[in-house]
Amino acid sequence: MYTAIVFLPIVASAIAGLFGRFLGARLCEILTTVALFASCALSIVAFYDVAILGHSQIVMLWQWITSGDFEVDWMIRVDTLTAVMLVVVTGVSSLVHLYSIGYMHDDPGRPRFFSYLSFFTFAMLMLVTANNFLQLFFGWEGVGLASYLLIGFWYKKPSANAAAIKAFVVNRVGDFGFALGIFGVFYIFKTLNFDAVFAAAPAMAGKTFLFAGHNVDILTTLCLLLFVGAMGKSAQLGLHTWLPDAMEGPTPVSALIHAATMVTAGVFLVCRCSPMFEHAPDALAVVAIIGASTAFFAATIGLFQNDIKRVIAYSTCSQLGYMFAAAGVSAYGAAMFHLFTHAFFKALLFLAAGSVIVAMHHEQDMRKMGGLAKRLPFTWLTMLIGNLALTGFGIPLLGIGTAGFYSKDSIINAAYLAGTPVGQYAFALTAIAALLTSFYSWRQFLMTFHGKFRGGEGHHGHGHGVKLEDVHESPLTMLIPLGVLATGALIAGAIFAHDFIGVDSAGFWRDAVAVAYGHGGGKEIPLWVELTPFVFTLLGFGVAYYYYIMNPELPAKMAARKGLIYTFVYNKWYFDELYDFLFVQPALKFGRFLWKFGDGTIIDGLGPDGIAARVLVTTRSAVKLQSGYVYHYAFAMLIGVFVLATFFVVTGGMP
Amino acid sequence: MSFLMSHLLSIITFLPLLGALFILLARGSENTIANTARWVALIVTIVDFALTLLLWVKFDGSTAAFQFVERAAWMGNGISYHMGVDGISMLFIVLTGGLMPFCILASWESIKTRVGEYMIAFLVLETLMMGVFAALDLFLFYVFFEGGLIPMFIIIGVWGGKRRVYASFKFFLYTLLGSLFMLLAVLAMYFYAGTADIETIIDTVHFPVAMQSLLWLGFFASFAVKMPMWPVHTWLPDAHVEAPTAGSVILAGILLKMGGYGFLRFSLPMFASASVTFTPLIFVLSIMAIIYTSFVALAQEDVKKLIAYSSVAHMGFVTMGLFTLTQWGVDGGIFQMLSHGVVSAALFLCVGVIYDRMHTREISAYGGLVNRMPVYAACFMVFALANIGLPGTSGFIGEFLTMLGAFWVNTWVAIFAATGVILSAAYMLYLYWRVIFGELVKPALMTIKDLSLREFAILAPLVAATVLLGVYPKPVFDVTSASVAHLIAQHKAEVAYDQAPHQKQIKLASRGDMR
Repeated sequence: MYTAIVFLPIVASAIAGLFGRFLGARLCEILTTVALFASCALSIVAFYDVAILGHSQIVMLWQWITSGDFEVDWMIRVDTLTAVMLVVVTGVSSLVHLYSIGYMHDDPGRPRFFSYLSFFTFAMLMLVTANNFLQLFFGWEGVGLASYLLIGFWYKKPSANAAAIKAFVVNRVGDFGFALGIFGVFYIFKTLNFDAVFAAAPAMAGKTFLFAGHNVDILTTLCLLLFVGAMGKSAQLGLHTWLPDAMEGPTPVSALIHAATMVTAGVFLVCRCSPMFEHAPDALAVVAIIGASTAFFAATIGLFQNDIKRVIAYSTCSQLGYMFAAAGVSAYGAAMFHLFTHAFFKALLFLAAGSVIVAMHHEQDMRKMGGLAKRLPFTWLTMLIGNLALTGFGIPLLGIGTAGFYSKDSIINAAYLAGTPVGQYAFALTAIAALLTSFYSWRQFLMTFHGKFRGGEGHHGHGHGVKLEDVHESPLTMLIPLGVLATGALIAGAIFAHDFIGVDSAGFWRDAVAVAYGHGGGKEIPLWVELTPFVFTLLGFGVAYYYYIMNPELPAKMAARKGLIYTFVYNKWYFDELYDFLFVQPALKFGRFLWKFGDGTIIDGLGPDGIAARVLVTTRSAVKLQSGYVYHYAFAMLIGVFVLATFFVVTGGMP
Repeated sequence: MSFLMSHLLSIITFLPLLGALFILLARGSENTIANTARWVALIVTIVDFALTLLLWVKFDGSTAAFQFVERAAWMGNGISYHMGVDGISMLFIVLTGGLMPFCILASWESIKTRVGEYMIAFLVLETLMMGVFAALDLFLFYVFFEGGLIPMFIIIGVWGGKRRVYASFKFFLYTLLGSLFMLLAVLAMYFYAGTADIETIIDTVHFPVAMQSLLWLGFFASFAVKMPMWPVHTWLPDAHVEAPTAGSVILAGILLKMGGYGFLRFSLPMFASASVTFTPLIFVLSIMAIIYTSFVALAQEDVKKLIAYSSVAHMGFVTMGLFTLTQWGVDGGIFQMLSHGVVSAALFLCVGVIYDRMHTREISAYGGLVNRMPVYAACFMVFALANIGLPGTSGFIGEFLTMLGAFWVNTWVAIFAATGVILSAAYMLYLYWRVIFGELVKPALMTIKDLSLREFAILAPLVAATVLLGVYPKPVFDVTSASVAHLIAQHKAEVAYDQAPHQKQIKLASRGDMR
């Protein structure tokens, strides 16, 4: 069964990819979608069996690399952590497949698209079912490849190609750390298998080894190296620049890969390695600080973006920061819980945004939308639910709310409960980020669905604006996934809060994560901490309502004034410009310099060209002559060897 | 059957030469000869490939001893015709056998002049390459090793591009200079040991430490050029650019592997202490190769040059891995050579496909090919990814193991080498974008055709090999492991011997029966 969950998608992908042109697009769509739904159904069974009933499994597939005492096999490991990811991945993926049938219905590259989607799902499943670091790395790079292919799916657009390469290369920067981490793990533990490494990890606490010329703490170093990989994949501060650009890909891709699944792989990695991180407090502190900072930083950028997808992209970045912040204060259960609920509501938001984009004939600028609620009632409703879940709306004292309410508040609370300076930093930043989240979410919602319709004006001479009458609700294949995800976004939190972060969570996670909910257990959470996110959320809504419904002309005026902070934030803290200046341009110039000067002038100039020039000048004809001799001489040698061998073969060896 | 099995190596080695003779004897119009030559070459190389597969099947991977050994007196005085393979050399023979039919097929239409001579050159070259990996006698090895230079020189010089004369002379000068030093070292070894038998020298002869260093440098001069290692790599891009497609395939696929093989066969076991002494040098040059040439590749405007520079970077991983002298590093280095043999050969074949259509290698002359050549684009993508070292392709395993070995020995080396994985992604994907993706706007490309059946038949098996070796590399390690473990143990023992007080410089254990 577990083998089927993982391999159904790749079989479907291979068939669609190799024979797509013979089978036709429709058959490819059906094949891949059916395979995914089957895989999803099996995953739910697996979830029940493994997470609820407690039957963890490890299935051996076949040997991969065996070199001396380095042995790594292809295996499928299913424990609670994996089971949660299985449900998330196959669930969202199958819905996205279904949705894509509607979203991509007039695209000529559909077989390719569905093949990529299914391939992505396979790689992601290999990642989450890995039983060792190397297979995890395989899945890690596999999803990176799928992401590259899908961001660049519309390969005619230069911007899509640039974004695709950027995603791959920035991720490779993270992989640089990840790979070194893997080497280090093997160097210390002599194995890459999870169970063996985690069992041996406590004994390594506090010990040092020589790395890059310094004696450093083993576990801190390894965890930080692995975390660099996680930062790349999960678009954390510094390595986040690829994620917003990744929105060049088709919207279903953004929902599946760049919101619900792939980008959460970093969080999964940290949770998977929680038995190591637990013994590396310094590394955990870094995780918490980076996570909380990203949560805040990305939220600020989200404030003034005008592209409907980019707002959600920065929101994703920010929410991933929340998850890391949770992991950083040892609340791995809370991190996974937010990962779980986030998958529902963020996929929902992207797919709903996709529905808007299709209705608007591929217009993504929110300044040209407005008042769409009446034309797109179902999309409006699902987007509303998604936003409520994202902003973590709920009633604090009763403890009832949307999915995000449970998971997000649990993170803010966990940060508070940690009681350390790092925990307080994480608490402050995640709480402020909740305010910002609320503002940008409702700003986006109000700009899109409420107020006056601003399209169809032929903005700045573009004569092709969309008229409000042309805006229609999307087809059923797109609305069904929205409905399913909206249901999840509403109730998933209430149903699973008990298991993930409740008092019995240890019985749910078993050994899959080291600690479910931090080390601050037993302490009371003060009322003001409990109320802060709620108040901030309302405040954010209020501000958004004030600016975008009551005084819709104000934002444009503020934008026109170009205040210092506005400009800084609007330009995304100038990260792209900085990196371009620091890395991209110098790399190309450096390469050219080494080529022309290093190879050309120095090496060739002093070496062969210099010698050849001298030789040619003095003995131009002699060279020809000698080369002729070499030729004859060598052939004579060869014939000699040949005669010898013939003689030897014929006579049978003994002279 | 028994005759075949007991002389398998000689048959594999000299069968192509027989084919060459056959073509030489062909008579008729130019057209007839050309056709005969093509078919003879194809059939001979395919049969030879089948024989190498038979070799693989019959090979016993559980022992490090030489197998399929053939021995006959040659020039007396300890110089003999001695052939044999172990786990280190065997797969290179299979690789050579496997690539040759593709070379012949790739030249089927693109070579129009002097087809007979062209095919003869290739068949002779195959004999010489096989011989390099099978020879177990210093002089026999030298003959094969240096002999390979000549057909390659001719292939580039006669069927090459515009600057072929410059390129072939550069190639010739570099490699000839390197091999002169090697010849001196070979002679010195022979006079010191009294035998040219490689197996005997490895097992029983200890060179004094001071002499080891000189011998090591002598071999290094030749192998470093062949690899090629930085900074003696500049002949390679020129040679590749001017060589016909099949020439590039052989150059990248096989000839580049001879240096690495030489390190394994000579430098590491025979000059163990010197190898240890020079390891830092090798590491520095390897890192330079990985980083320096990757940057250079980033700036290239010519497809073939870009791939050539990337080859240098990949060979950097090989030398780094071999000199870690860990099981992983050496296994990884061998695997990297085999994988690179497949992948870079395939990449050059890919370049050949579009070169045959457009007769230019300028990257800027292309763009948007996927619109008209989707199958080609897919194949190219697989090889590009393997070149990047994506897990699941063959390129990953070698890179990973060599870096693992490096980390074991010196973390700095691994850190520097790991930057290569970022750079390779950058230059390869940037290339792919410029050639394959984008809008198809160039008028000359509007009518370009996708892969023909022949071209597809060339690329498809290589795609399969790339992926298969990536997910199931076990057959390769089954062959190499025992021999590599033996090599490392031998190296350690030699070093220990050199450090212990000397009793005798040469043990005369098995020398008697050589005479």
